[in-house]
Amino acid sequence: MILTLLKREMKVARRNWIGLAIPLLFFIIVVSLFPFAVSPEAPVLQKLAPGVIWVAALLAMLLSLEQFYRSDYQDGSLEQLLLMSSPTSVAMSKILAHWLLTGLPLVILSPLLAVLMQINYGSEGSPHTWVLMLSLVMGTPTLCLLGAVGMSLTLAANRNGLLVSILIIPLYVPILIFGASTVTASLENMRYNGELAILGAFLLIAIVFAPFASGRALKISVG
Amino acid sequence: MANGWRWFHRLGSPKYLFQKTGQWLPWIWAATLILLGVGLYYSLWASPIEVRQGQGHTVRIMYVHVPAAALSMIAYIAMAIAAIVGLVWKMKMAFAVVRSIAPVGAAMTFLALFTGSVWGKPTWGTWWEWDARMTSELLLLFLYLGYIALHASFSDRSKADKAGAILAIVGVINIPIIYFSVKWWNTLHQGYSVTQKGALAPEFQTPLFLMLAGIYLLFAALVIMRLRAEIILRNQKARWVTEWATGATSKRGES
Repeated sequence: MILTLLKREMKVARRNWIGLAIPLLFFIIVVSLFPFAVSPEAPVLQKLAPGVIWVAALLAMLLSLEQFYRSDYQDGSLEQLLLMSSPTSVAMSKILAHWLLTGLPLVILSPLLAVLMQINYGSEGSPHTWVLMLSLVMGTPTLCLLGAVGMSLTLAANRNGLLVSILIIPLYVPILIFGASTVTASLENMRYNGELAILGAFLLIAIVFAPFASGRALKISVG
Repeated sequence: MANGWRWFHRLGSPKYLFQKTGQWLPWIWAATLILLGVGLYYSLWASPIEVRQGQGHTVRIMYVHVPAAALSMIAYIAMAIAAIVGLVWKMKMAFAVVRSIAPVGAAMTFLALFTGSVWGKPTWGTWWEWDARMTSELLLLFLYLGYIALHASFSDRSKADKAGAILAIVGVINIPIIYFSVKWWNTLHQGYSVTQKGALAPEFQTPLFLMLAGIYLLFAALVIMRLRAEIILRNQKARWVTEWATGATSKRGES
Protein backbone atom coordinates (compact mmCIF):
# COMPACT_ATOMS: atom_id res chain seq x y z
CA MET A 1 0.00 0.00 0.00
CA ILE A 2 2.67 2.45 1.08
CA LEU A 3 4.73 1.52 -1.98
CA THR A 4 1.82 2.26 -4.33
CA LEU A 5 1.22 5.60 -2.66
CA LEU A 6 4.94 6.34 -2.90
CA LYS A 7 4.95 5.62 -6.64
CA ARG A 8 2.02 7.96 -7.08
CA GLU A 9 3.81 10.72 -5.19
CA MET A 10 6.87 10.32 -7.39
CA LYS A 11 4.77 10.54 -10.53
CA VAL A 12 3.06 13.70 -9.30
CA ALA A 13 6.40 15.19 -8.34
CA ARG A 14 7.96 14.51 -11.73
CA ARG A 15 5.30 16.68 -13.32
CA ASN A 16 5.92 19.47 -10.85
CA TRP A 17 9.70 19.50 -10.64
CA ILE A 18 9.95 23.30 -10.55
CA GLY A 19 8.02 23.30 -7.30
CA LEU A 20 10.60 20.94 -5.87
CA ALA A 21 13.56 22.90 -7.16
CA ILE A 22 12.48 26.16 -5.50
CA PRO A 23 13.22 25.14 -1.89
CA LEU A 24 16.64 23.90 -3.00
CA LEU A 25 17.43 27.17 -4.75
CA PHE A 26 16.22 28.98 -1.68
CA PHE A 27 18.58 26.87 0.45
CA ILE A 28 21.60 27.89 -1.65
CA ILE A 29 20.61 31.53 -1.97
CA VAL A 30 19.97 32.05 1.74
CA VAL A 31 23.36 30.60 2.63
CA SER A 32 25.13 32.67 -0.01
CA LEU A 33 23.70 35.84 1.56
CA PHE A 34 25.80 35.47 4.69
CA PRO A 35 29.20 36.16 3.15
CA PHE A 36 27.71 39.41 1.79
CA ALA A 37 26.01 40.37 5.02
CA VAL A 38 28.57 39.34 7.63
CA SER A 39 32.01 38.88 6.18
CA PRO A 40 33.60 36.91 3.36
CA GLU A 41 36.61 35.95 5.50
CA ALA A 42 37.12 32.22 5.76
CA PRO A 43 37.54 31.88 9.58
CA VAL A 44 34.37 33.91 10.22
CA LEU A 45 32.38 31.94 7.66
CA GLN A 46 33.59 28.66 9.06
CA LYS A 47 32.43 29.66 12.53
CA LEU A 48 29.00 30.62 11.21
CA ALA A 49 28.70 27.69 8.83
CA PRO A 50 26.94 25.02 10.97
CA GLY A 51 24.27 27.40 12.20
CA VAL A 52 23.72 29.10 8.87
CA ILE A 53 23.47 25.91 6.85
CA TRP A 54 21.17 24.31 9.40
CA VAL A 55 18.89 27.34 9.64
CA ALA A 56 18.74 27.54 5.84
CA ALA A 57 17.93 23.82 5.61
CA LEU A 58 15.19 24.25 8.21
CA LEU A 59 13.67 27.20 6.35
CA ALA A 60 13.85 25.36 3.04
CA MET A 61 12.02 22.41 4.57
CA LEU A 62 9.45 24.80 5.99
CA LEU A 63 8.98 26.38 2.58
CA SER A 64 8.51 23.05 0.87
CA LEU A 65 5.82 22.03 3.36
CA GLU A 66 3.43 24.27 1.47
CA GLN A 67 3.03 21.62 -1.25
CA PHE A 68 2.89 18.74 1.21
CA TYR A 69 -0.81 17.94 1.41
CA ARG A 70 -2.19 21.15 -0.04
CA SER A 71 -2.80 20.32 -3.71
CA ASP A 72 -4.11 16.86 -2.85
CA TYR A 73 -6.42 18.43 -0.32
CA GLN A 74 -7.68 21.03 -2.76
CA ASP A 75 -8.44 18.68 -5.65
CA GLY A 76 -10.07 16.13 -3.35
CA SER A 77 -7.62 13.30 -3.97
CA LEU A 78 -6.61 13.34 -0.32
CA GLU A 79 -10.14 12.35 0.58
CA GLN A 80 -9.97 9.45 -1.87
CA LEU A 81 -6.63 8.35 -0.43
CA LEU A 82 -8.08 8.39 3.06
CA LEU A 83 -10.99 6.24 1.89
CA MET A 84 -8.55 3.77 0.34
CA SER A 85 -6.21 3.18 3.23
CA SER A 86 -5.56 4.08 6.85
CA PRO A 87 -4.68 7.72 7.60
CA THR A 88 -1.43 6.70 9.25
CA SER A 89 -0.18 4.94 6.14
CA VAL A 90 -1.24 7.85 3.93
CA ALA A 91 0.72 10.18 6.19
CA MET A 92 3.66 7.80 6.32
CA SER A 93 3.96 7.47 2.54
CA LYS A 94 3.50 11.20 2.08
CA ILE A 95 6.25 11.93 4.57
CA LEU A 96 8.61 9.39 3.04
CA ALA A 97 8.01 10.76 -0.45
CA HIS A 98 8.42 14.31 0.77
CA TRP A 99 11.74 13.53 2.39
CA LEU A 100 12.99 11.73 -0.72
CA LEU A 101 11.99 14.71 -2.86
CA THR A 102 13.19 17.58 -0.67
CA GLY A 103 15.24 16.32 2.29
CA LEU A 104 17.50 14.05 0.31
CA PRO A 105 18.31 16.66 -2.36
CA LEU A 106 19.18 19.06 0.45
CA VAL A 107 21.62 16.50 1.83
CA ILE A 108 23.11 15.97 -1.62
CA LEU A 109 23.48 19.72 -2.16
CA SER A 110 25.05 20.37 1.23
CA PRO A 111 28.70 19.69 0.19
CA LEU A 112 28.37 22.62 -2.21
CA LEU A 113 27.34 24.83 0.69
CA ALA A 114 30.16 23.41 2.76
CA VAL A 115 32.50 24.73 0.10
CA LEU A 116 30.73 28.11 0.01
CA MET A 117 30.93 28.42 3.79
CA GLN A 118 34.59 27.28 3.92
CA ILE A 119 33.83 24.31 6.14
CA ASN A 120 37.03 22.53 5.19
CA TYR A 121 39.07 25.72 5.50
CA GLY A 122 42.58 25.06 6.76
CA SER A 123 42.11 21.34 7.29
CA GLU A 124 42.77 19.22 4.24
CA GLY A 125 41.12 15.82 4.17
CA SER A 126 39.05 16.32 7.30
CA PRO A 127 35.59 14.74 7.51
CA HIS A 128 33.63 17.93 8.27
CA THR A 129 31.62 17.80 5.06
CA TRP A 130 30.68 14.20 5.76
CA VAL A 131 29.61 15.14 9.27
CA LEU A 132 27.45 17.92 7.87
CA MET A 133 25.79 15.51 5.46
CA LEU A 134 25.36 12.93 8.21
CA SER A 135 23.74 15.46 10.54
CA LEU A 136 21.35 16.49 7.75
CA VAL A 137 20.56 12.85 6.94
CA MET A 138 19.63 12.32 10.59
CA GLY A 139 17.87 15.65 11.11
CA THR A 140 15.87 16.44 7.98
CA PRO A 141 13.54 13.39 8.22
CA THR A 142 12.54 14.58 11.69
CA LEU A 143 11.83 18.03 10.26
CA CYS A 144 9.63 16.35 7.63
CA LEU A 145 7.78 14.27 10.21
CA LEU A 146 7.05 17.21 12.50
CA GLY A 147 6.23 19.41 9.52
CA ALA A 148 3.69 16.85 8.35
CA VAL A 149 1.87 17.17 11.66
CA GLY A 150 1.78 20.95 11.38
CA MET A 151 0.74 20.83 7.75
CA SER A 152 -2.10 18.40 8.27
CA LEU A 153 -3.37 20.41 11.25
CA THR A 154 -3.60 23.61 9.22
CA LEU A 155 -5.10 22.11 6.04
CA ALA A 156 -8.64 23.21 6.78
CA ALA A 157 -7.60 26.44 8.51
CA ASN A 158 -7.98 29.82 6.88
CA ARG A 159 -4.60 31.57 7.14
CA ASN A 160 -2.34 28.57 6.80
CA GLY A 161 0.78 29.84 5.06
CA LEU A 162 2.43 31.49 8.03
CA LEU A 163 0.43 29.66 10.63
CA VAL A 164 2.28 26.41 10.05
CA SER A 165 5.62 28.13 10.72
CA ILE A 166 4.38 29.46 14.04
CA LEU A 167 3.16 26.03 15.04
CA ILE A 168 6.21 24.00 14.24
CA ILE A 169 9.24 26.25 14.63
CA PRO A 170 9.18 25.78 18.44
CA LEU A 171 9.17 22.03 17.81
CA TYR A 172 12.08 22.35 15.38
CA VAL A 173 14.39 24.02 17.89
CA PRO A 174 15.85 20.82 19.47
CA ILE A 175 16.73 19.40 16.05
CA LEU A 176 18.33 22.68 15.05
CA ILE A 177 20.39 22.76 18.25
CA PHE A 178 21.75 19.26 17.92
CA GLY A 179 22.11 19.36 14.14
CA ALA A 180 24.23 22.49 14.25
CA SER A 181 26.18 21.39 17.31
CA THR A 182 27.12 18.11 15.58
CA VAL A 183 28.86 20.11 12.87
CA THR A 184 30.35 22.58 15.36
CA ALA A 185 31.80 19.73 17.41
CA SER A 186 33.37 18.27 14.29
CA LEU A 187 34.83 21.65 13.29
CA GLU A 188 36.38 21.97 16.75
CA ASN A 189 37.82 18.46 16.36
CA MET A 190 35.72 17.08 19.18
CA ARG A 191 33.62 13.93 19.32
CA TYR A 192 30.23 14.36 17.71
CA ASN A 193 28.68 10.89 18.09
CA GLY A 194 26.69 12.01 21.12
CA GLU A 195 24.92 14.73 19.16
CA LEU A 196 24.32 12.37 16.26
CA ALA A 197 22.86 9.79 18.63
CA ILE A 198 20.46 12.38 20.03
CA LEU A 199 19.41 13.36 16.50
CA GLY A 200 18.79 9.66 15.89
CA ALA A 201 16.71 9.44 19.06
CA PHE A 202 14.58 12.41 17.95
CA LEU A 203 14.10 10.72 14.60
CA LEU A 204 12.92 7.49 16.22
CA ILE A 205 10.49 9.30 18.54
CA ALA A 206 9.15 11.28 15.59
CA ILE A 207 8.75 8.12 13.46
CA VAL A 208 6.69 6.54 16.22
CA PHE A 209 4.39 9.48 16.94
CA ALA A 210 4.30 11.84 13.95
CA PRO A 211 2.66 9.68 11.24
CA PHE A 212 -0.07 8.73 13.71
CA ALA A 213 -0.64 12.33 14.81
CA SER A 214 -0.55 13.52 11.21
CA GLY A 215 -3.02 10.83 10.18
CA ARG A 216 -5.43 11.83 12.94
CA ALA A 217 -5.09 15.46 11.93
CA LEU A 218 -5.74 14.56 8.27
CA LYS A 219 -8.97 12.84 9.23
CA ILE A 220 -10.04 15.92 11.18
CA SER A 221 -9.17 18.27 8.34
CA VAL A 222 -10.94 16.23 5.69
CA GLY A 223 -13.85 14.86 7.70
CA MET B 1 -25.58 2.19 25.71
CA ALA B 2 -22.52 3.89 24.32
CA ASN B 3 -24.79 6.17 22.34
CA GLY B 4 -26.78 7.04 25.42
CA TRP B 5 -23.57 7.88 27.20
CA ARG B 6 -22.49 10.18 24.42
CA TRP B 7 -25.92 11.75 24.33
CA PHE B 8 -25.63 12.48 28.02
CA HIS B 9 -22.30 14.19 27.51
CA ARG B 10 -23.42 16.20 24.54
CA LEU B 11 -26.55 17.62 26.01
CA GLY B 12 -26.48 17.08 29.75
CA SER B 13 -22.93 17.90 30.53
CA PRO B 14 -22.60 21.58 29.57
CA LYS B 15 -25.60 22.56 31.64
CA TYR B 16 -24.47 20.48 34.60
CA LEU B 17 -20.93 21.85 34.35
CA PHE B 18 -22.20 25.38 34.08
CA GLN B 19 -24.39 25.06 37.16
CA LYS B 20 -21.75 23.28 39.23
CA THR B 21 -19.00 25.79 38.40
CA GLY B 22 -21.46 28.54 39.16
CA GLN B 23 -21.78 27.15 42.66
CA TRP B 24 -18.01 26.77 43.12
CA LEU B 25 -16.97 30.08 41.72
CA PRO B 26 -17.81 32.43 44.66
CA TRP B 27 -15.92 30.14 47.05
CA ILE B 28 -12.89 29.94 44.79
CA TRP B 29 -12.85 33.69 44.32
CA ALA B 30 -13.17 34.28 48.08
CA ALA B 31 -10.28 31.90 48.82
CA THR B 32 -8.23 33.47 46.02
CA LEU B 33 -8.69 36.99 47.32
CA ILE B 34 -7.89 36.01 50.91
CA LEU B 35 -4.77 34.06 49.98
CA LEU B 36 -3.53 36.65 47.50
CA GLY B 37 -4.22 39.43 49.99
CA VAL B 38 -2.30 37.78 52.80
CA GLY B 39 0.39 36.58 50.41
CA LEU B 40 0.90 40.00 48.85
CA TYR B 41 0.99 41.62 52.29
CA TYR B 42 3.75 39.26 53.40
CA SER B 43 5.65 39.30 50.16
CA LEU B 44 5.59 43.06 49.61
CA TRP B 45 5.70 44.47 53.18
CA ALA B 46 6.15 41.99 55.99
CA SER B 47 8.91 39.76 54.66
CA PRO B 48 12.56 40.74 55.08
CA ILE B 49 14.75 41.87 52.21
CA GLU B 50 17.47 39.61 50.88
CA VAL B 51 20.92 40.50 52.21
CA ARG B 52 23.10 37.48 51.55
CA GLN B 53 23.13 37.74 47.75
CA GLY B 54 22.76 41.51 47.87
CA GLN B 55 19.42 41.43 46.10
CA GLY B 56 17.60 43.76 48.50
CA HIS B 57 14.03 44.44 47.49
CA THR B 58 14.34 42.78 44.07
CA VAL B 59 13.93 39.42 45.80
CA ARG B 60 10.25 40.28 46.13
CA ILE B 61 9.87 39.65 42.39
CA MET B 62 10.30 35.98 43.25
CA TYR B 63 6.86 35.84 44.88
CA VAL B 64 5.22 36.44 41.52
CA HIS B 65 7.88 34.96 39.26
CA VAL B 66 8.05 31.47 40.78
CA PRO B 67 4.28 30.83 40.93
CA ALA B 68 3.79 32.18 37.41
CA ALA B 69 6.58 29.99 36.04
CA ALA B 70 5.26 26.91 37.83
CA LEU B 71 1.75 27.53 36.57
CA SER B 72 2.85 28.17 33.01
CA MET B 73 4.06 24.59 32.80
CA ILE B 74 1.28 22.98 34.82
CA ALA B 75 -1.30 24.81 32.72
CA TYR B 76 0.15 23.34 29.53
CA ILE B 77 0.12 19.84 31.00
CA ALA B 78 -3.49 20.37 32.11
CA MET B 79 -4.31 21.52 28.58
CA ALA B 80 -2.78 18.39 27.10
CA ILE B 81 -4.63 16.14 29.56
CA ALA B 82 -7.93 17.83 28.70
CA ALA B 83 -7.05 17.46 25.01
CA ILE B 84 -6.47 13.72 25.43
CA VAL B 85 -9.76 13.37 27.32
CA GLY B 86 -11.49 15.26 24.53
CA LEU B 87 -10.01 13.20 21.71
CA VAL B 88 -10.27 9.79 23.36
CA TRP B 89 -13.67 10.04 25.03
CA LYS B 90 -15.08 12.58 22.58
CA MET B 91 -16.10 14.93 25.36
CA LYS B 92 -16.88 18.32 23.96
CA MET B 93 -16.54 20.04 27.30
CA ALA B 94 -12.93 18.88 27.51
CA PHE B 95 -12.18 20.91 24.37
CA ALA B 96 -13.84 23.90 25.99
CA VAL B 97 -11.49 23.41 28.94
CA VAL B 98 -8.45 23.33 26.62
CA ARG B 99 -9.64 26.49 24.94
CA SER B 100 -10.23 28.18 28.31
CA ILE B 101 -6.81 27.34 29.70
CA ALA B 102 -4.73 28.50 26.72
CA PRO B 103 -4.89 32.30 27.09
CA VAL B 104 -4.53 32.16 30.87
CA GLY B 105 -1.53 29.85 30.51
CA ALA B 106 -0.02 32.15 27.89
CA ALA B 107 -0.51 35.10 30.23
CA MET B 108 1.23 33.23 33.07
CA THR B 109 4.11 32.34 30.74
CA PHE B 110 4.42 35.94 29.70
CA LEU B 111 4.31 37.04 33.34
CA ALA B 112 7.07 34.59 34.23
CA LEU B 113 9.23 35.81 31.34
CA PHE B 114 8.58 39.46 32.11
CA THR B 115 9.23 39.26 35.85
CA GLY B 116 12.28 37.11 35.15
CA SER B 117 13.61 39.74 32.81
CA VAL B 118 13.04 42.51 35.36
CA TRP B 119 14.70 40.37 38.02
CA GLY B 120 17.57 39.43 35.73
CA LYS B 121 18.63 42.99 35.05
CA PRO B 122 19.76 43.86 38.62
CA THR B 123 21.01 40.37 39.55
CA TRP B 124 22.67 39.11 36.37
CA GLY B 125 23.14 42.50 34.73
CA THR B 126 21.16 41.53 31.65
CA TRP B 127 17.55 41.65 30.50
CA TRP B 128 17.82 38.48 28.51
CA GLU B 129 20.17 35.56 28.33
CA TRP B 130 19.83 32.51 26.08
CA ASP B 131 19.66 30.25 29.07
CA ALA B 132 17.90 26.88 29.17
CA ARG B 133 14.97 27.81 31.40
CA MET B 134 14.35 31.15 29.75
CA THR B 135 14.60 29.76 26.25
CA SER B 136 12.29 26.84 26.93
CA GLU B 137 9.83 29.18 28.64
CA LEU B 138 9.92 31.41 25.56
CA LEU B 139 9.24 28.41 23.32
CA LEU B 140 6.42 27.43 25.66
CA LEU B 141 4.91 30.86 25.08
CA PHE B 142 5.15 30.24 21.32
CA LEU B 143 3.40 26.89 21.77
CA TYR B 144 0.53 28.58 23.61
CA LEU B 145 0.31 31.31 20.97
CA GLY B 146 0.46 28.65 18.26
CA TYR B 147 -2.50 26.86 19.84
CA ILE B 148 -4.47 30.11 20.09
CA ALA B 149 -3.63 31.05 16.50
CA LEU B 150 -4.52 27.59 15.20
CA HIS B 151 -7.81 27.52 17.06
CA ALA B 152 -8.70 30.99 15.83
CA SER B 153 -8.06 30.20 12.18
CA PHE B 154 -10.81 27.63 11.70
CA SER B 155 -14.35 28.61 10.89
CA ASP B 156 -15.60 25.21 12.04
CA ARG B 157 -15.39 25.02 15.84
CA SER B 158 -15.25 21.25 16.15
CA LYS B 159 -12.35 21.07 13.67
CA ALA B 160 -10.59 23.84 15.56
CA ASP B 161 -11.08 21.93 18.82
CA LYS B 162 -9.68 18.69 17.49
CA ALA B 163 -6.77 20.20 15.59
CA GLY B 164 -5.86 22.30 18.61
CA ALA B 165 -6.06 19.24 20.85
CA ILE B 166 -3.58 17.37 18.64
CA LEU B 167 -1.24 20.35 18.73
CA ALA B 168 -1.48 20.53 22.52
CA ILE B 169 -0.59 16.84 22.81
CA VAL B 170 2.31 17.08 20.34
CA GLY B 171 3.54 20.13 22.25
CA VAL B 172 3.47 18.37 25.60
CA ILE B 173 5.61 15.53 24.22
CA ASN B 174 8.02 18.16 22.99
CA ILE B 175 8.28 20.19 26.19
CA PRO B 176 10.72 17.82 27.94
CA ILE B 177 12.65 17.46 24.68
CA ILE B 178 12.88 21.23 24.29
CA TYR B 179 13.78 21.63 27.93
CA PHE B 180 16.62 19.14 27.93
CA SER B 181 17.94 20.18 24.54
CA VAL B 182 18.28 23.82 25.56
CA LYS B 183 19.62 22.77 28.97
CA TRP B 184 22.50 20.90 27.40
CA TRP B 185 22.95 23.74 24.99
CA ASN B 186 23.26 26.51 27.58
CA THR B 187 22.50 27.10 31.26
CA LEU B 188 22.61 30.11 33.56
CA HIS B 189 19.37 30.04 35.54
CA GLN B 190 19.65 28.63 39.06
CA GLY B 191 18.36 25.15 39.75
CA TYR B 192 15.07 24.28 41.37
CA SER B 193 15.45 25.26 45.01
CA VAL B 194 12.00 26.01 46.37
CA THR B 195 11.32 22.76 48.17
CA GLN B 196 14.93 21.87 48.97
CA LYS B 197 15.59 21.94 52.69
CA GLY B 198 17.63 24.94 53.76
CA ALA B 199 17.85 26.36 50.27
CA LEU B 200 15.31 29.01 51.07
CA ALA B 201 15.01 30.60 54.51
CA PRO B 202 11.59 30.16 56.15
CA GLU B 203 10.87 33.88 56.12
CA PHE B 204 11.00 33.72 52.32
CA GLN B 205 9.30 30.35 52.08
CA THR B 206 6.08 31.30 53.88
CA PRO B 207 5.07 34.19 51.60
CA LEU B 208 6.18 32.20 48.57
CA PHE B 209 3.90 29.29 49.45
CA LEU B 210 1.04 31.68 50.19
CA MET B 211 1.55 33.27 46.78
CA LEU B 212 1.84 29.89 45.09
CA ALA B 213 -1.49 28.80 46.55
CA GLY B 214 -3.05 32.19 45.78
CA ILE B 215 -1.97 32.23 42.15
CA TYR B 216 -3.02 28.61 41.65
CA LEU B 217 -6.47 29.55 42.87
CA LEU B 218 -6.49 32.69 40.76
CA PHE B 219 -5.67 30.53 37.77
CA ALA B 220 -8.50 28.14 38.62
CA ALA B 221 -10.93 31.01 39.04
CA LEU B 222 -9.95 32.61 35.73
CA VAL B 223 -10.13 29.33 33.84
CA ILE B 224 -13.54 28.54 35.31
CA MET B 225 -14.83 31.97 34.34
CA ARG B 226 -13.54 31.53 30.80
CA LEU B 227 -15.00 28.04 30.72
CA ARG B 228 -18.44 29.35 31.71
CA ALA B 229 -18.28 31.96 28.97
CA GLU B 230 -17.16 29.23 26.55
CA ILE B 231 -20.07 26.99 27.56
CA ILE B 232 -22.57 29.79 26.97
CA LEU B 233 -20.93 30.62 23.64
CA ARG B 234 -21.05 27.01 22.51
CA ASN B 235 -24.61 26.38 23.62
CA GLN B 236 -26.23 29.61 22.55
CA LYS B 237 -29.12 27.77 21.01
CA ALA B 238 -29.78 25.48 23.94
CA ARG B 239 -32.97 26.16 25.79
CA TRP B 240 -31.42 26.24 29.23
CA VAL B 241 -29.08 29.00 28.09
CA THR B 242 -31.98 31.13 26.91
CA GLU B 243 -33.78 30.43 30.16
CA TRP B 244 -30.68 31.27 32.18
CA ALA B 245 -30.12 34.48 30.26
CA THR B 246 -33.69 35.72 30.39
CA GLY B 247 -34.00 34.61 34.01
CA ALA B 248 -30.92 36.61 34.88
CA THR B 249 -32.21 39.73 33.15
CA SER B 250 -35.70 39.48 34.62
CA LYS B 251 -34.20 39.08 38.11
CA ARG B 252 -32.13 42.18 37.54
CA GLY B 253 -35.27 43.94 36.34
CA GLU B 254 -37.14 43.11 39.54
CA SER B 255 -34.56 44.37 42.00
